[in-house]
Formats: sequence, structure tokens, C-alpha cells
Amino acid sequence: MKLKWISYPYVFWMILFIVIPLMLVLVFSFTTGNLSFTLENFQKFFQPLYLKVLGKSVDLALKSTLACLILGYPIAMIISKESIKKRNAMILLFVLPMWMNFLLRTYAWMTLLGKNGVINFLLTKMGFEPLNLLYNDSAVLMGMIYNFLPFMVLPIYSVLIKIDKSLIEAAEDLGASKLEVFSKVIFPLSLPGVISGITMVFMPALSTFVISRLLGGGQYYLIGNLVEQQFLLAGDWNFGSAISIIMMIFILIAMIITSKFDKDKEGGGLW
Amino acid sequence: MVNKFVKRLYTTLIFLFLYAPIIILIVFSFNSSKSRGTWDSFTFKWYIELFKNQEIMKSLYYTIIIAVLSAAISTAIGTFAAIGIYNMNYFGKKVVLNLNYLPVLNPDIVTAISLMTLFRFMNLELGFLSMLLSHITFCIPYVILSVLPKLKQMNKHLAEAAMDLGATPFYALRKVIIPEIMPGIITGALMAFTLSIDDFVISFFNTGSGVTNLSITVYSMARRGIKPEINALSSLMFITVLVLLLIINNRTSKDIERRGEA
Amino acid sequence: MKKSVKILLMILVGILISVSLSACGKSGDKKTLNVYNWGDYIDPSVIKDFEKEYNIKVNYSTFDTNEDMYVKVKSGGTSYDVLFPSDYIIEKMIREDMLLKLDMNNIPNYKYIDDKFKNLEFDPNNEYSVPYMWGTVGIIYNKNMVKEKVDSWDILWDEKYKGQILMLNSQRDSIAVALLKLGYSMNTRDLNELQEAKELLVKQKPLVYAYVGDEVKDMMIGEEAAMAVVWSGDAVFMKEQNENLEYAIPKEGTNLWFDNIVVPNTSKNKEEAELFINYLCRPEVGLKNTEYIGYSTPNVETFKLLPEELQKDKSAYPEDKDLVKTEIFKDPGDFVKEYSRIWTEVLVEE
Repeated sequence: MKLKWISYPYVFWMILFIVIPLMLVLVFSFTTGNLSFTLENFQKFFQPLYLKVLGKSVDLALKSTLACLILGYPIAMIISKESIKKRNAMILLFVLPMWMNFLLRTYAWMTLLGKNGVINFLLTKMGFEPLNLLYNDSAVLMGMIYNFLPFMVLPIYSVLIKIDKSLIEAAEDLGASKLEVFSKVIFPLSLPGVISGITMVFMPALSTFVISRLLGGGQYYLIGNLVEQQFLLAGDWNFGSAISIIMMIFILIAMIITSKFDKDKEGGGLW
Repeated sequence: MVNKFVKRLYTTLIFLFLYAPIIILIVFSFNSSKSRGTWDSFTFKWYIELFKNQEIMKSLYYTIIIAVLSAAISTAIGTFAAIGIYNMNYFGKKVVLNLNYLPVLNPDIVTAISLMTLFRFMNLELGFLSMLLSHITFCIPYVILSVLPKLKQMNKHLAEAAMDLGATPFYALRKVIIPEIMPGIITGALMAFTLSIDDFVISFFNTGSGVTNLSITVYSMARRGIKPEINALSSLMFITVLVLLLIINNRTSKDIERRGEA
Repeated sequence: MKKSVKILLMILVGILISVSLSACGKSGDKKTLNVYNWGDYIDPSVIKDFEKEYNIKVNYSTFDTNEDMYVKVKSGGTSYDVLFPSDYIIEKMIREDMLLKLDMNNIPNYKYIDDKFKNLEFDPNNEYSVPYMWGTVGIIYNKNMVKEKVDSWDILWDEKYKGQILMLNSQRDSIAVALLKLGYSMNTRDLNELQEAKELLVKQKPLVYAYVGDEVKDMMIGEEAAMAVVWSGDAVFMKEQNENLEYAIPKEGTNLWFDNIVVPNTSKNKEEAELFINYLCRPEVGLKNTEYIGYSTPNVETFKLLPEELQKDKSAYPEDKDLVKTEIFKDPGDFVKEYSRIWTEVLVEE
């Protein structure tokens, strides 16, 4: 179809605002202060110290994405089955908390989870022992889920509401159990939304660090922390850029691998 | 039925989870102590102080304007881009999509500083325009990510059929494709607005000339302690948006029911 | 659907108009002054009074850290007239020719600044900056949870307080604490000394409840921990909110910090900037700021106007003898990369 030309304004925009800055980052990553070509920024990264940081970031991002998928898919299904009026309201209510400032929301979690916070206050009033809810892995994971869940739910929901109901009815008529209807009909049809959701959660989760810093109390040092440190505190834009390029390559490889599992869909993700 | 009970319970838990910090925020906006650590007494004074604070009001103004504009513009550009990309050949599609995801994937600081450097090369003074442009840049990928699945879900032949019946491509676009993918467009717009309203790092490095947004104001206050007026503002914003959305939702659903759609 | 969309748009426009009316003032042909400061670091009425008295419009923006501010100003896309950086960043900016020399004839109120805060290492001869606020770094502790005398950095390594200690999630501040405890300079460039500091910090890790940032204030007020490393200005605030809290300056020495006012070379209104700096040095204006911010003033006349109990508060205004062993942060230049690497190692090591 001749409709591809309408994407050209964006292609132009992209070249200006994405490709050129990318070139800048590339230039930084391959040079040092005096603009001579060098690979030392990349070599610097391949030390156990920094690879450990990368490993932890990947681990957290994977766990967060998986958790968001497991928790988000059911809620997307539940909302999509409601009447139009109710589900519109519910999906808007789902997104609404994200409009509150991120720092405020995270601080509010600290008020909830602290040693003398609201939850422990209620627990002790009811006679239980206070729990250690903050500055551990669970707190960080919960914070990540809290921040990224809407990004998983929204694309899945928008696909689920338009699944042809007659397909589901046909499957049921042919004797499929509820589980089979889900696994053979609904889930495969919702896959484009799922892939979008995974993309929108995993990629930013890899470079997020404020949540882990505030809720993890410094036990978490992630790639995002490292990059920010290099750009702002160490003044080493070259090393920071190199790390970003490495991350980009890493994600591209990860996406290539996952697309092998996604043969006939053209993937909303990469490759 | 047990099934229904489980669904209700799960939904309630999830929403409780989402709203717990919001409730805390609202409750503490009535706390006369400036600190989150103690509760002194109930007061309305922060709400009054809020409207006297010109700096916060100015941030609110810019935040809303930039969020609305960038959501609108990025939704428009992104929707058309998604439609166009969907119709590209294999190779073009891959290249464009992969480049498209860079702002999603990069740490905020990298996007922020590379854009800032770009604006320097363009000799653009940092201010409203640079902040708007950077917001649109990081919003569009999310719009595309929201619209693409709907395009894939859509029956490819619908548009072809329309054109076979004599519609121009543009008419087919307007009357066939866009209504089909509308949920994706709306989702994309919602996400773009959400991202824009809450962005700090990219906004901070790409603004100037007195233009500031709420996130910058809040983060800048963190060292000294976030003023309770901010809590009051957040609570007000929340209530306002909640009421607005429920009103609109009520009316649009009535329209749809009236027109007999399901 | 069309009708409610129209209503929504009208409401939106209404909100925008009303907010913009309250936010934007009239600028006209007035001179403008672009001020870039920490958040909540000036009494808003001071700005309003200045605008009225000199008929200059003040464009006020805020930043959250010295480093963010530095990157913004260095990149060149801005035209701020007045900045409020901290000591080590001023040193760096002077070295990189980012600041304008101040004409002290336009800032006669400079004479009110206490002599002991003039001509410090980061700006000898005070050619580029004028002091605004100052303070120390020390240990804030909860009297009910810590029954012994607190006068040394050692207490942060005391096994007794495992899980009750808060350290700052800031590479220079925390490494400085370790260096001071070892008796070294907190500005050292000796890799051996830094290595020792790193090992000390790693040893401390199991005892630390968390490495925190600005949330430390609310945490100590909420009694989430027994002790923390904080800035003196915050300590005064915290003590006000919770009377169980006390502040102590360790005997090994500590960091003496300054936030000064400078004029960057991107400024287009140097005269107005100097006018503003001079205004801020007026005793009564300094009083307003000190009372609003709660930090310590370097202005002798302002100090005289403070209430007696604040003048006697050792946390805010320590005696000279307590300040003997203090150091000011210096800019480590390229060496900061070593500090960054050490800090990463401290946080990553299990």
C-alpha cells in the first residue's frame, strides 16, 4: 500500500533527534578527552566489577518484567471483560497514580514500609511483630512492579478488548476447556500486546536506578547508577557513553534471541 | 461463584497496591509537620500556602502545557509513523523500529545529555521549545509501541477492501484504519501524557530561561525537604483529574449506549 | 462524544488560563535577572521585595545537585546571571574560566561577612564569590537509642548499633568520613589511603541500615535509625521536629561546607547580578533567609539579629575551637574518577 509515506515525517524526526544524538554518543564512546580514537572506554567496562553491575541490572529487569507479566495479564483480562463504561473507568484509574510525581510516590512507599511506617504501625497495633519491609530485594522488586505495571497492562488490554468473541465461542463450542481456550486462542491472539508490554517494561527497567537507590538503600548498584555516576560525578562522558553503547548492543542481542521464539508474528519488538 | 470472588479480590488487591502511596500522600498533605516522619496535627494550611507560591504555580502551568502538547503531537506523529512502518518492507521496518526504541532503552541521562548537546550544536537556546522537542522525542516510541499491536491485530484486508470499493487511501485511513486502531492510539496518548508529566532528567537538562516543570521543582527541593505544599498540590491534581475523568467517562459511555454499540 | 470533548477542552483551557494568570507576571521592558539556585533555598518574599525595590524581574529556576548544575551551565545553552554553587564546584568553575570576576565596589555589603569566611582556599581573595550559607557535617543521633557520648566517627563502626546506622549515598561524603576516621585528609590523592578508606567502608557495610540521600531527615525524625551522617543545617531542622535528636561534630575533624553566590560568564546582566548579591548581604535580608532556610549565616550583622537560643546552638554555630580540625572539599579534578571507582567497589562488593 502506498501508505508508508506517512511515516516519513517521523523518519525525518528520528534522524534528527535520535540518530544524530546516537552518533554523538558513539563519538564519545570511541574517544577520550583529546578526540583520539580509542577502545579503552570499552575495555574498561570488561572488568569483574562492572560486569557484576550489569549482571545485577539484567537480573532485576528480568524479574520485574516477569512479575509484571504474571501480575498484569490477569488484571488486563479482568478489565477487558467489563462493560465499556466500567472498563474505560478502570483503565483510567489504573494509569492515574502514575500522574503523581515519581519521587513523591516512592517517598510515600518509604513512609508505608519503614520500621516505624504505616504498615508496621498497623501490625504492632494488632499485636504482631514489626516486619523489615524496606531496604531489601523484595522492596526493590515491589517498587519496580509498582512503577512498570501500567506499561505492561495497557498494551495487553488494548489488544484483548478487540479479540473476536466469536473465536472464543467457536472454541468453546468445539469442546475446549477454559484453560485450552486461554492457551490456544486468547493468549496467542494477544501476543502482539504482550510483546509490546515486555518491551516497554524490560528496556527501561534495565536502566532504571532511582527506585533501587531509594528502596534498596545502596545495596543495589545498577547500570543506571553507573552511567549517571560517569556523566555527572566522574565527568567521564566517554566511559558513560561506552557503557550505553554496550547496553544497546546487549539488548539487541537479547531481542534477536527472543525473536527466534516468535516465528510468524512480525513482532512488535525488535527484529 | 468462587471465580467471581477471586476476580474481585484480585482486582481490589491490585488497586489497593496502586493507590496505597497516593492515599498516604493525600493524608500527609493535611499534616501540619513538615516532615514525613511525624504527624503533628490536622491542617488545611498547606493548601492555602500552595496558591500563594508562585514558583509552584509556574511549574504546574508549564508541566500541563508541555504534557498536553507533547502527548498530542507525539500521538499524531507516532500513529502515522506506526501505520507507515507497518506497511514498510522488511528491511526498512527493522531499521526504523530498532532506531525507534533507543529512547526507551537508553538511560534517561544519556538521552538527556545527547539531546542537550544536539541543541547546543543547533545553537538553540534551552527553554520551552527544547523541552517540548525532547518530550516529544521520548514519547513517540511509546505511541508506536501501543499502536503497532493494534495494527497487527487488524484485518489487513479491511483497508484494501475499502479501497477496492472506491475509497481513496486517505479516506480508508480515516474511516477504516484509525477507528480500528483507536484503542491503541488512546493508550499511546495516555502513556505519552503520563511519561511527560513525570519526567525529570530529560526535562532538567533540556530546559532553561525560567521554564521549569513540577518534577524539576520537586527533585530540586529534595535536598531541603519536599515542601508539604507539593503534597497538597498532588492531592488536588489527583482529585481534579479523577473527577474530570469520571464525568467524561459517564457521558461518553452514555453516548455509546445510546447509539447502540456494545 | 463531541459535546463532552468540547466541555473537557473548555475546562482545560479554563484551568490553563487561571493557572497562567497566577503564575506569570507582567515583564514588559523591565530588566530581567536569571537566578539558578537550590530548591527552597531562599525566602520567596526576599525575591518579591527585591523585584519591587529595583524594578527588576527575577526569573527563578532550581537545580538539585552541584553536578547537574555544572553540566547545565557548562553546556552553554543557558544564560543564568546568578548561581549558588558549593565550595568545590566553585573551585572547579574558576579553574575552567566559567565565572566572572565580581566588582566588589558594587557589593559594599560584603563588609558584613565574617572575616573567617573570607579568602578561603576555593576562592582566595574572594574575587568570584560571596558566601551565602555555611555549615558542617556531623553525626545526628537519637538520645534514647545512643546512651553514650558521641564525639568520634568511630561510633559509626560500633557493632552495638548494627542495622541502626545510616550513611550518605554520596561518594565524596562517605569516603571523607572514612578518611577522617583514619586521620587522613578528606581531599587526599594518595591511592593507598583511599584503598584503606575503601576497606574500612566495606567492613562497615554489614552494620549499615542503608545508604540514603535526602530522605535521611524524615528517617531520623521518624526514629528509623539510631544515628546518621548529616549536614548541620538539616540537623537544626531535625532537632526542632524531634527533641530526642542531638548533633555532634567528631573530634577527628569534619567537612566545613559553603554555598556561595557567583556570576557565570554566560550572564548578560552582570550589574543587576551584583545588585542582587549586594541585596542578599543586607543584614535584614540575610535574617529573612536564615530564618526561612534554617541554615547558618556567614553574615556577622545578621547573626546579631538572631534569637539568642539560636546563637547559642552549637549545631548551627559551633565554637571556633570545634572548627579547628575542619577541611573544605577541594575539587579533585580528573582524580575524581578514582573516587568514583572506589565508591562503586564499596557498594558492589558483597
